[in-house]
Amino acid sequence: MNWLNDWITYITIDLSHILNLTMEHVELVGLSAIVAIAIGVPLGIYLTTNEALAGTVLQATSIIMTIPSIALFGIMIPVFSLINQGIGFVPAFIALILYSQLPIIRNTYTAIKNVNPDLKDAAIGIGMKPIQRLVRVEIPNAIPIIMAGVRTSVVMNIGIGAIASFIGAGGLGVLINQGITRSDEKLIVTGALAVSVLAIIADAILWIVQKLLTSRGLTD
Amino acid sequence: MIKFDHVTKMFQGGAKAVDDVNFTVEDGDIVVLLGPSGCGKTTLLRMVNRLESITSGDISIDNKSIKRLNDIELRRAIGYVIQSNGLFPNMTIESNVTIVPQLLRWDAKKRHNRYKELMQLIGLDPEKYAKRYPHELSGGQQQRVGVARALAADPPILLMDEPFGALDPIIREKLQDEFLQIQTEVKKTILFVSHDIDEAIKMGDKIALLRDGKIMQYDRPADLLTHPKNDFVSQFIGEDRMIKGLSLHTIKDLLREVGLAEMPHQHYDGKTVAGSQNLRNTLSILMNQGAEQVIVTDHNEQEIGAVTIDLIQRYIAKQIKGKTDASLPFERVVR
Ligand SMILES: Nc1ncnc2c1ncn2[C@@H]1O[C@H](COP(=O)(O)OP(=O)(O)O)[C@@H](O)[C@H]1O
Ligand SMILES: [Mg+2]
Repeated sequence: MNWLNDWITYITIDLSHILNLTMEHVELVGLSAIVAIAIGVPLGIYLTTNEALAGTVLQATSIIMTIPSIALFGIMIPVFSLINQGIGFVPAFIALILYSQLPIIRNTYTAIKNVNPDLKDAAIGIGMKPIQRLVRVEIPNAIPIIMAGVRTSVVMNIGIGAIASFIGAGGLGVLINQGITRSDEKLIVTGALAVSVLAIIADAILWIVQKLLTSRGLTD
Repeated sequence: MIKFDHVTKMFQGGAKAVDDVNFTVEDGDIVVLLGPSGCGKTTLLRMVNRLESITSGDISIDNKSIKRLNDIELRRAIGYVIQSNGLFPNMTIESNVTIVPQLLRWDAKKRHNRYKELMQLIGLDPEKYAKRYPHELSGGQQQRVGVARALAADPPILLMDEPFGALDPIIREKLQDEFLQIQTEVKKTILFVSHDIDEAIKMGDKIALLRDGKIMQYDRPADLLTHPKNDFVSQFIGEDRMIKGLSLHTIKDLLREVGLAEMPHQHYDGKTVAGSQNLRNTLSILMNQGAEQVIVTDHNEQEIGAVTIDLIQRYIAKQIKGKTDASLPFERVVR
C-alpha cells in the first residue's frame, strides 16, 4: 500500500505537468488524425475508381505499417532537417499521418467497393450521377466500416504517439522516458496508464461519432 | 412505344447475349421477356435504360433512338424495379420512394404529396411507414415500395427485372394481382422479365420468349400457348399448356361459346363459382370436388347453370379450331 500512497502523492504533486503532457499528446494525435482522415478517406474513395493505382497505394501503405515506429520517427529526422524541422512536432505529426493511412485508406476502399452491387445498380438505374451515388448511397452505407478504420488508426496512434517523445515531440512518452532513465516506475505506470485511458476515451468518442453518422436504417 | 431494331449485345470475350432482337412494345402494354436463365432477358432489359451498351442495332422510344438521349435523363424517365428491390437501406421509406423526385428537384411539399399518393396506390399507410427503414418491412412490402419508387416521377416506361421473383408463391401471386390492378390505373408501358411461364401468361399482354439471346416467339399469351412456333416454345410452355391457357378464359367466355349445362335436378350442395372465375380454377374445383358439375352464379348471385369437365373440353376444342378465322376467341378477358 506504501507504493500506492507514493504514487498518489506523485500524481497530486505533478498533476499539472501530467496534464500538460496529456494535452500535447492529444494535440499531436488529434491533429494528425484530422489530416489523416482528410487525406485517407477521399483517397480511399478515389482508389475505387482506379484499380491500377489502388494496388500500388495499398501496397505502399502496408509497407509503411511494417516499419517499426521508432525507425520511422528516426527517418523523419534527416528528411525534415532539410527544412530545419528535424525534431519536434512536425516530423512526429507527419509520421503519425503516414501510419494512419493504411487502416483509413484500406477500410474506405473496401467499404465503398463492398457496397451491395444491387444498390449501386439501382442507384445508376434510377438516374443518379456518380457524385450523387457516392454521397447518397455509397458513403452512407460504407460509414460503419470507414469509421472502424478511423478508430483503429486513432487508437493505434495514441500508442505510437508515446514514442514521438524520442524526437522531441513531447506528449506522454516524455513521462515514460523519464521513468525509464530514472528507474522510477511511478512515472512509467502513470504515462502508460494515461495513454491507455486516452485510447479508451478516444475510442468511445469515435464510437459515438460513428453512431451519429450511421443511418438508423443500417443499425437497428 | 419501344422499338427494338436488330439489337445485339456481345460481351467482351463472350458469345452474343442478345442476338438480333426485333420487336415493338406498344404503349400501355406489359411485355414479358420470358426464357430460361442466361438467355439474355436481363441484358436486353438493361439496354433500354443504357445500363448495358448496345453492340449493334438500335432501341428507340417514341421513334427517338436512346443513343441520342442523355443517359441520366433517360434513366430518370424510366422506372426501374429489380428482384432484390434495391431500396437504399440508409434512407427512410419516404426518402426511398421520393428519391427520383429529389433528383429532379421537386419541392418538398410536392414530393410529400406524391409520396402519400403512391403509398395509397400500393396499399401501405403513408404516415406509418414514412420514417421507417427498408429492413423493418417484409419482403412483399419492400417490393411494393420498390414499385412505388419506380412510379414516383410518373415515368411512361417501367423496366421490371423479376420483380416478384424472390417472394414466396402466395405473396408473389398477391403482388402480381395488385400490380395488374395498379397497371389499370397507371397504364405504363412495361417490360417485365420473368422465367416463369405462369407469371408471363398472367402478367403479359404479349410475351417475348427468348433462347440464347434470340427471340423464339413474340405473341400474345393465348397465341403462344395454342400455336407455339417451334419445339423449343412447346417444350418451354410444357405439356399442360392447354390447362395453363385456361387461366386466360372465364366461365363467361365458355357461356358465350358453348353455353352452360342445365342445373342439376336433385338438391345440390357442392360449391358454386362466379361467372367471372377463370376456367383453370374452375377445372381444379371440379377435379378437387370429384363432382360432375359446379353451379355458376351471375353477378347477382343468381344460379344460371352448371359447368362440367366435358363442357370445358368442348370449349378448348372450339378455341383451337376457331383460331384460324378470327382473333376473337383469344381476346384477353378479365385478368
Ligand atoms: N457483364 C457481363 N459480362 C459478360 N457476360 C455477361 C455479363 N452479363 C451477362 N453476361 C452473360 O450474358 C448472358 C445473358 O445473361 P442475362 O442477360 O443475365 O440472362 P438472364 O437474365 O436471361 O438470366 C449469360 O450467358 C451471361 O453469362
Ligand atoms: Mg436475369
